[in-house]
Amino acid sequence: MSGQQGQDAKFFQRGKIEEFRTELQAAESKDKKYQKRKTVLKKIVANITMGNDMSPLFTDVVQSLGAPLLEIKKMVYLFLMSYGRLKPEQIHIVIPSFLQDCNDRNPLIRALAIRTMSYIPIPVVLEPLSEQLRHCLKDRDPYVRKTAAICVAKLYVADSRKAEKGGFVEMLRDMMLDTNATVVANAVAALSEIGDRQDGVIFKLNLTIANKLIAALGESSEWGQIYILDSLLRYVPEECADAEMMGERVIVQLQHANSAVVLTAIKVLLYLMNYMENRRLIDYICKKMGPPLVTLISSGPEVQYVALRNILLIIQRRPTVLKNDVKVFFCKYNDPIYVKLAKLEIMYRLARDENAKEVLAELQEYASEVDVDFVRKAVRSIGRLAIKVEGAADICIQALLDLIETKVTYVVQEAVIVTKDIFRRYPGKYEGIIPKLCENMDALDEPESKASMIWILGQFADKIDNADELLDDLVYTFLEEAVEVQLALLTATVKLFIYKADSETAKELVHKVLKWATEEVDNPDLRDRGFMYWRMLAMNPNVAREIVLAEKPAITTDSDRMDRGALDQLLLHTGTLGSIYHKNPETFIRNAAGRALTDSPALNANSRSVLVTLRPQLPSAANINVAGPGPIEPQPNVPAAGSSRPAQLISEDAGPGEERDLLDIEESTAESGTGGDSGEGNVDVDVDADDDDPRAAKALDPYANLAGAFGGYVADQPQPISGTSQRGGELDDLLF
Amino acid sequence: MISAFFIFNQKGEVLISRLYRTDFKRSIADVFRIQVVSNSDVRSPIITLGSTSFFHVRVNNLYVVAVTKTNANAALVFEFCYRFISIAKAYFGKIDEESVKNNFVVIYELIDEINDFGYPQNSEIDTLKSYITTESVVSTAIAAEESSKITSQATGATSWRRGDVKYKKNEAFVDVVETVNLSMSAKGTILRAEVDGHIQMRAYLSGSPECKFGLNDKLVIDKNERGAGGDAVELDDCRFHQCVRLNEFDSSRTISFVPPDGEFELMRYRSTSNVKLPLRIISTVNEIGTTQVSYVITIKANFNNKLSATSVVLRIPTPLNTTNVDCKVASGKAKYVPAENVVVWKIPRIQGGQECTFNATADLTSTTVRQVWARPPIDVDFQVLMFTASGLIVRFLKVFEKSNYHSIKWVRYLTKASGSYQIRF
Repeated sequence: MSGQQGQDAKFFQRGKIEEFRTELQAAESKDKKYQKRKTVLKKIVANITMGNDMSPLFTDVVQSLGAPLLEIKKMVYLFLMSYGRLKPEQIHIVIPSFLQDCNDRNPLIRALAIRTMSYIPIPVVLEPLSEQLRHCLKDRDPYVRKTAAICVAKLYVADSRKAEKGGFVEMLRDMMLDTNATVVANAVAALSEIGDRQDGVIFKLNLTIANKLIAALGESSEWGQIYILDSLLRYVPEECADAEMMGERVIVQLQHANSAVVLTAIKVLLYLMNYMENRRLIDYICKKMGPPLVTLISSGPEVQYVALRNILLIIQRRPTVLKNDVKVFFCKYNDPIYVKLAKLEIMYRLARDENAKEVLAELQEYASEVDVDFVRKAVRSIGRLAIKVEGAADICIQALLDLIETKVTYVVQEAVIVTKDIFRRYPGKYEGIIPKLCENMDALDEPESKASMIWILGQFADKIDNADELLDDLVYTFLEEAVEVQLALLTATVKLFIYKADSETAKELVHKVLKWATEEVDNPDLRDRGFMYWRMLAMNPNVAREIVLAEKPAITTDSDRMDRGALDQLLLHTGTLGSIYHKNPETFIRNAAGRALTDSPALNANSRSVLVTLRPQLPSAANINVAGPGPIEPQPNVPAAGSSRPAQLISEDAGPGEERDLLDIEESTAESGTGGDSGEGNVDVDVDADDDDPRAAKALDPYANLAGAFGGYVADQPQPISGTSQRGGELDDLLF
Repeated sequence: MISAFFIFNQKGEVLISRLYRTDFKRSIADVFRIQVVSNSDVRSPIITLGSTSFFHVRVNNLYVVAVTKTNANAALVFEFCYRFISIAKAYFGKIDEESVKNNFVVIYELIDEINDFGYPQNSEIDTLKSYITTESVVSTAIAAEESSKITSQATGATSWRRGDVKYKKNEAFVDVVETVNLSMSAKGTILRAEVDGHIQMRAYLSGSPECKFGLNDKLVIDKNERGAGGDAVELDDCRFHQCVRLNEFDSSRTISFVPPDGEFELMRYRSTSNVKLPLRIISTVNEIGTTQVSYVITIKANFNNKLSATSVVLRIPTPLNTTNVDCKVASGKAKYVPAENVVVWKIPRIQGGQECTFNATADLTSTTVRQVWARPPIDVDFQVLMFTASGLIVRFLKVFEKSNYHSIKWVRYLTKASGSYQIRF
């Protein structure tokens, strides 16, 4: 049968309602094999596909239901599914035919009838449907039952009160004990959907049911396995032994060919591990998870992408998984760009002393490729590698210098940006390369790289002989620069002045810049900082020196790890959209159900200490905190012990690159004013505190640290475009 | 879950549009067209706008698209798109604009059968073909009894197989196909060598045969546990078709199953240890001043001299400002393809142990701006029959059926590379 070709392409032509009507009427007579009728209906379906409104043909098309051809019936049903909803006053014509089919001897016809009816969610249809559904849920044929189970979900979505009043939810619950695994799986899928809607029904599993569901896995279709596995997160183990036993039974699913089964099984295992105490089993599960994850990397590129984004989360929470597998994440020359970028991030995460050399060699290769974003990220990764792995810092610096030699502007700019961070990580070690950087100053035309270079000039003004000349050149265009460059220039000239108080150029420069900043520029940040420096220098130059040149804490890479509570929560969404964007779904999808670990006697003490409880309601646009003018006090946002809800609010609203919450404002100023001493310390002080104090850790958006300490390293992370808070509502309404 | 399913052609015209839920209107298709089809720089297979997410897979000249407003299981959505593509191929022989347009009515039937309200349902090709056909069926023609058989199969424990299959001659063909992924550095060190294998089976067996399958494998969970284990091949991981009983594999390492009728992929595996690279490439590429690049590339067949590599194609990159390439080869044909900036060297056959050499000089135009040449890797495609790079061998395939018939089994091995065997220089 394969290879058989239809000949229907000719029907893809815009047609007129009147013509079709005439043709349908003509088909009433002299149409022995229903050939004519079939042809018209195909034309109509093709027109529906093309987006032409065929609804005026309603009464004409439904006439065809009398024809005994299944093909014709299905086309009429397709028509009804498209337009039935819009014809509440005419739909009654077809109800008798539906009802007849609901009682057909043929189970396929019975299922087709209820399936189609449930796609027309208006009272006129739902009323008779719910009667039929009651029988069909108990039909002797499993195919009808599995279809009916999904129909309940449709009914519930259309009219939840009717579905509840009719006792359908209870019937679904009973179906979880059906003898047929496909029926069980669909009942679970329907219940999950109903439970996620948050209007009354709560879907939870107890140990007995959970075990029964696992037993059904073996006989389920692959999709059914996914629904069942997913539902296991609704079971909260009361005893560690329960979680351990269940985990052992789920492990076998890791060998499944369907990547969604594998990822969902991994999600269940990661979840259950929070409730286990047997260390050896946990280690064993971690070992078992690695190979299937790697295998996902040889699937189609789209699945690879999903897998890679998830791996990035998993290895942060369970670092032993894939610890030795950095090589499999090396990019192939012909990988799609989204795969390459995701791999690069994982390579960085997996890099350590033992493999740093190999990783660096790869990154150097990538730095000569064509895609600008990829090259930039590769260069940045070299810098991050230097910061992360001390033993590799020397060779990384050498690599960066080689890259600067290429004189490719975007490469040079990236290299300068990361070099600045390297200086901060290893104070006093690599300043010897400054002349090299200065040689390439002309290549810098982007604000971030310019600001970085200026920071370097200011910070090491005492070591750079001609720092005053160089800054003088840069100050020339002060008024046209971006704010972050202006801020950097302001701070750098102040530093220069403090270092070289007797230099006339320095005096002149600082005076000029302070005057511009306070009198000519509209930006309040810049103006305020200008005033601050000015007064400080005027009142007591010695104190100013102490403040401006205070020793800065070295930066570390501890900060670019997501905190554990947030990770635990995100991993409950393994395999889903949320895991791709590394955001909890309720923060970017309207009405999405959030998830959180539930406390129980079995919950691991460490997991409990970072437990994030779920906020009961979704944020409406009004809930979002927008920082107003005036002094910012971070204290109110640091949660008092025990109350984690405000903390939650912050960690969710402040995504990378999006609007920030109060706490973050401070950091984003620090970020934009790379040269500003006022901000430099903050980032890291916070971070250090986080590591030991879970409560404080929760308070911050996991990426807020990262953005602060690492400039724009995560700027190219995949993100949903325009969240619900801004244009979102408008967009939603506009389109749908 | 999936709210809408579309197929677009390259121009962004809708060929198939099925809204499973009422949260979208058909006009959502326009958004996809603007965001993806007419966007020349799409950098993700998933695009989220507000609460709406578009998932797309490109195949030939089509976009297969699923749209959702929920936090959908992304892996499931893509697997569903892949499955749709393979079903369409099985039904129509190919999937492209023409075949979709020619069969749109059947496609609508199919996507309503394999997906209900956005939840993927039974999508086993064999079962689907028993009741969704490309020929017209009179409603009454499927007798109720026949239908019950179909429905119990579609929902049953072996949803992939009809019970009533009969063959005069019972045969099973096993193809072990290995794809070698190689990435070799300019210095000749192996950065990565990996075998992606899959075992394709064509089963033409009557009744409900119980099959047992044996390999010379050894699954390694912990790499530290590795030791000299005779001729056993170390597999890093394997995954099975849904017919394989995973519990049994987990407890006793036997691969036992009731196969679907006809062709299916029994298992997939991955191996990284002791990968035997069938072709060795030694390259010397020198940039002579700014006007010339010289190439000396030797390819050596590193396997038993009774076997041979066929369809060997090397793609050797040249700088962007190449005007002409002068190639000298003893075997095969080499040709400069300016549009792709490569020299394509095709060798129809290389016997085991044999060596071939390629000599060439590329002339460059002098450019005012001297840009560094990125030096993309040399890419090698080839096929070697009756050779496995991992060393995997099928030990046995046993078929048990209650009628106790005799069955014939055939095994074939193939190692190949396409686009994944890369040598940097």
